[in-house]
Formats: sequence, structure tokens, C-alpha cells
Amino acid sequence: MFYRQKHLLAIEGLTPPEIGHLLELADSYVLLNRSGKTQRDLLRGRTLINLFFEDSTRTRTSFELAGKRLGADVINMSVSTSSVNKGETLLDTAATLNAMQCDLLVVRHDQSGAPNLLARKVDASVINAGDGTHEHPTQALLDALTIKRRKGRIEGLTVAICGDVLHSRVARSNIHLLTTLGNRVRVVGPPTLLPAGIADLGVSVFHDMKSGLEGADIVMMLRLQKERMTRGLVPSAREYFRFWGLDAAKLAYANDDALIMHPGPMNRGVEIDSAVADHPTRSLIKEQVEMGVAVRMAVLDTLSRGDGRNDV
Amino acid sequence: MSDVLFRNVRLIGGGIDQHGDLLVKDGTIADFGASLGRPDGATIVEEDGAVLCPGLVDMRAALGEPGFEYRETIASAAEAAAAGGITTLACLPDTMPAIDDPSLVHMMRTKGEATGSLTILPYGAATKGCRGEELAEFGLLLEAGAIAFTDGAQAIGSSRLMRMALSYARGFGARIVQHPEDPSLAAGGAATEGEWATRLGLPGIPAAAEAILVARDIRLAQLTGGAVHFAHISTAEALGLIAQAKDAGLHVTCDTAPPYFDLNETAIGEFRTYQKLSPPLRKDEDRRAVVAGLADGTIDAIASDHRPRDTDDTRLPYAVCPPSGVGLATLLGVTLAQVHNGALTLAQAIDLLTLRPARLLGAVGGTLAKGAPADLCLFHPDRIWRVESGKLPGKAQNTPFDGRPIEGRVLGTWKAGKRVFAA
Repeated sequence: MFYRQKHLLAIEGLTPPEIGHLLELADSYVLLNRSGKTQRDLLRGRTLINLFFEDSTRTRTSFELAGKRLGADVINMSVSTSSVNKGETLLDTAATLNAMQCDLLVVRHDQSGAPNLLARKVDASVINAGDGTHEHPTQALLDALTIKRRKGRIEGLTVAICGDVLHSRVARSNIHLLTTLGNRVRVVGPPTLLPAGIADLGVSVFHDMKSGLEGADIVMMLRLQKERMTRGLVPSAREYFRFWGLDAAKLAYANDDALIMHPGPMNRGVEIDSAVADHPTRSLIKEQVEMGVAVRMAVLDTLSRGDGRNDV
Repeated sequence: MSDVLFRNVRLIGGGIDQHGDLLVKDGTIADFGASLGRPDGATIVEEDGAVLCPGLVDMRAALGEPGFEYRETIASAAEAAAAGGITTLACLPDTMPAIDDPSLVHMMRTKGEATGSLTILPYGAATKGCRGEELAEFGLLLEAGAIAFTDGAQAIGSSRLMRMALSYARGFGARIVQHPEDPSLAAGGAATEGEWATRLGLPGIPAAAEAILVARDIRLAQLTGGAVHFAHISTAEALGLIAQAKDAGLHVTCDTAPPYFDLNETAIGEFRTYQKLSPPLRKDEDRRAVVAGLADGTIDAIASDHRPRDTDDTRLPYAVCPPSGVGLATLLGVTLAQVHNGALTLAQAIDLLTLRPARLLGAVGGTLAKGAPADLCLFHPDRIWRVESGKLPGKAQNTPFDGRPIEGRVLGTWKAGKRVFAA
């Protein structure tokens, strides 16, 4: 076994062999899924709880499907974070889940580090399904698998991550994964949406799409949430689209065979134009969703084996 | 009360640094010198290699009382203070209710006296309710025994209000103590902006938020002729501004706290909420500048910046966890690390913890002088112990130094000649 952790809380800190192992296993699950076969005995008798403190249809469904295809008993729990004391809910819920003998705990939370806090309190393997603006490791893995299958490799590529990097856990996980495997990563966006010290994570920083996309093999767009406009980080959606929204004209700055990605859900006409998002050959957006299930099966499979574990 | 004779110890404090004996009679320092013989009936205290210094004067601590007794009571804070060698403590007014009324100042003083081990010197609220809207009654609060004015953990954000506070306090010869952090830049932030906060996905506060408010308040001190004291200074940039203001002869002083010269932002590790302080831990360049500021005298005092929390208060996701950090029992030990590594002399370190804060507060003590109250701290500079959350004296256990080995241990504390702590 190459994967030596009990949990999957972050991409940062994983080694290239650990990432490589998860991607290879995920690749084999793509074939299995396409053949229509299942492996319902692998996680038989294991309990997977999807604990979502933040709304997410896509990620939750993807984990649910992955768990069911491997034969796990899957339970979905949605907990409203609007209740008075988020932290109390979090740890009380952890105690409850522990008493239920849950094996795999998938957590989404609007606070950075919430899965780390839970991981210290439960016996289950914790999988971070997105925490605040920290990390979204399975998204980065599925993005890597998508790229690898289309480009034939996941090293030596130039990847431009564009838009609201400041609030993006997807961007952070992708930066860690792509730089760990030896790709050149750029971030492109207005200075108000790029976090301080981002260059120290090993990326090049660009503020305009022309120079940022030049020579890029992959253009990864990020979602811009509407409330960023009201908080004064960007004056308006139309100005944002004019300068940082991906349309055919801006895509032309990238390599001719550059591929388009987006973690979804998209704000069409804000960060991405429909003609580009739905491009028949260059958009990977639908493929990303398919890879999501395979990657999550690989993660559940790996963590449930738990051998070679270097648990502290 | 029996007399106490400290024999063959190193006496440090108030310009004295010598080996010898010190005699306590009737709660005051009766005499000290090379050898005082063996007076009748005196309790002898003798410890090889020990240092006897004035009881520590902690110029900044938030107490759980009134209003947050579940975190800490004055009795439990006094227990922790005694174990840390602290005999005088200045408490912040942002309690519940805020110390903005003469009767509350009086109450805090009285509660301190009732402990028998700790003099409590209350800061008065700078604004009513520490709400940052209208000035509190400085004159009446001073009469009741307030030592200076501050809104505690809240910065006085409005330039106009800060001007009024400095100006009005000047008429009474009183000082305004500021939490130097621009409130609008700090809003919602959980860590110092930069690589570390970005990796953890935590909302950042730019380190410049400190220098920005320090620069403004220095200018307001100049405008009004008032005296401003900056609490827990943590950045190189702010220290540069303060050094300049001191050179220009303005009434500007500052303190810092052990986390800012002992830890840097990497101590946050994997979202450790005991390391969530206000101001947040900084880059190591800033930590080193704070050490340099202690050595060159720009920083006037080291305070514990004690802020107790209950365990449940800190078991929260990092960004929503309130900043805190206890510091009474570790104040001396963590400071001594700067002596052991050669940054400060022992006498410098002791002065930063005793005489200099005492002068800033206008308090008695902080010195070894005949006739002074026998508030004393006996410690061994080389004795080793380890900070362990859960085993600290007092109630609150949220220490940012959890697990840290410490070289230097308090052996005993005396308040007005009475032993109030024995290791």
C-alpha cells in the first residue's frame, strides 16, 4: 500500500506515490463503472455517513453513489449551520456518530479545519468533502484523473487556475496536487481575489487573462459567488466577465489544444461563456463529474482497507 | 507574621544585582546585604542557585470576573498568578459588565485584597461599556483607583474618539492603552495574512493593521499632547514607528507578551485553537524584531496578556473560535528563554517584568528597596518543567505553550512578607 494515512483531510502533505496510487485505483474504477459491473462485496457491512453542514447536491450524490457501488450502507445527514452554535453541533454530532460505529465519515463544512477537528474526535476515517476555503481533496483528485486520461500524463503541464482563488478550496487542493506532481501552475485573477502569499505555494501570479493563459494546456475556471460583488471585491458581474470571464476570444490565448475545466456549479455569463463551457471537444466539465464517482470509490476503498496505515 | 531571611541568593531588581541575604520584617523589606547573620525567630529560606526578585507586575491580564466566572474566578486567577511569581496585576475592563463605573473599580480592588496574594489594579473603560461610542468618566474612575484607560481587546477605532480620549485623559495625567489593530482591516480575520493563512484557508489580517493604528495614534498623541501605550506589540513595522516617536519625545510606550517573542504563526499547525491569539501570531521576522525591541529598550514591559477560556469555548472551528490564551503561570519561564539564549540579561528580563511595568502603572513595588513591601518571587533559572494544558495552576487551561519545555521555575512567592506559593 502506498497510501499511509488514516484520513483524507487535505492534499497538502500527500506524497507523489500516495496521489499516484489513488489515481491508478480510480482509473480502474472508471473502467468498472463503464462496464456496468459493481463490486458490492468490497464495503459490505461498512457504514458510510455523508455529514454535510453545507448544501451540496453534486458532491454528496457522488459520494453516495461511490459508497453504494462498493456495497456500503450509506446514510446522508444534512445539518443546518444556521443553528446557534456551530461548534457545539459539530462535536456533539461527532460523539453521536462515534456511538453509531461509523466506518467512513465524509464531511463538508463551511469552516476551514472543521474536518480536522472532527478527525480528532471520531474513530472513523474522515474524508474532507470541502472545508471553508481550505481544501477539497477529492475534487483535485478527480481533476487530476480527468487531465491524465485526456492528456496521457499529469506532469510537465501548464495549468492556469482562473478567478476567485481567495475563496476557493478547489484552487488550493489543485495547486498542491499539481505542483506536487511537477506541473507548472498559474493563478489568474484580479488582485482582490488572489490570497496574500499565494506565490509561496509555488505558483506564478497573473492579473490578466492574456498573459495568464498564454501557453496553457489546461484552463481551470473557478466559480464566482454573487456575494463577492456585494462585499466590494469586484465591482460588477459584467466588469468581471469582461476581464476574467472565459469566452472564445480569451481561450484563444491558450494553446490550441488547451482543455477547459470547471468544478461546478457554473455561473454562465459570469466566469464562463456557454459556448466555451459546452464545447464538444475541449470542455471536460461533464467528464469531471464522471471521474468524481470513480475517484471517491478509490478513496473509500483505500481508506477502508486501512493497511499500511501510519496513524498518529 | 514571622520574619523571613533569604540566605545566599542572587538578588536582582531595581538596579541591584548581587549575591547575599534579604530580611523581611513586618511585611516589608527590612534589609539586604552580603550577609545578615541569623536573626532570632526568622524563617530561613535557602536554595542553591536561586534568584530573588521583586514580585512580578503583570500590566495586562483579562480576568474572568465579573461575568465569565465559568472561565475563571479572581480566586483561581490569583492562584495561577502566585504560581507564576506575580504579585501585582492590572486587569482589563472589558468584562461583563465593563469596568466603567467607580463602584466596579472599587470592587476589583477589594476583590484583589481579599485574595491575600495579589494586588489587582483595574484599568477603567475608555468608553462606556467599552462600546467605542462615548468617553467613560475618567475623573471619577481615577478617584476610585483606576490606573489608566482602555477598551481592552477592542481597539478604539474612531480617530475622533481616540483624539478626545487622549486629550481628556491628559488633563488628569492619565494614559490611554490601545489594542493596536485597525478594526476594519481586522474584521473577520483569524490569522496573519500571508502564506500560512492562505495554506490553511483562514481569513487573514494584514500585519500592517497594527502599524496603521500605531501610526495614527502616535500622530494623535502629538496633536493632543496625550500619553498612549500600545499593548502586545507584535510587528517590526510598529516597533519602528514607536522607536521614532520615543526619539521625538512623545508620550508613547508599549508592551509585548511572551507569545510574540516565543512563537510564530507556524505554531497554529493544524488549526490549533489554543494558538489563536489577538493579535494573531506573526511571521518569524516579526518575532525576531520583538526580541530586538526587548533588548534595545523600545519595548517597555512584558505582560502576560492573559485571557482565559473554558474548554468548550475553544473546541470550535478555528475561524469562529474566539482568540484567547492564558499566560500567568508561564510569564516568567517563557521570558527566561530569552535570557538563556543570550538575547537579554537576567536583570533586563526582570526589569521588563517588574520595575518598568510598575513605573508605567504608577504602582508601588517592582523593586528591591529597604522599606518596600515584601512582594517577592524566588525562582531557579535553570530548573526544568513542561507546560501541560490540564495541569496548570488555576482554572483556565488554554495555553498557547502547551507541551513546551521551560527552563526556569518559580519556587516561591511572597505577598507583603507572607508566603503565598511554594513549589
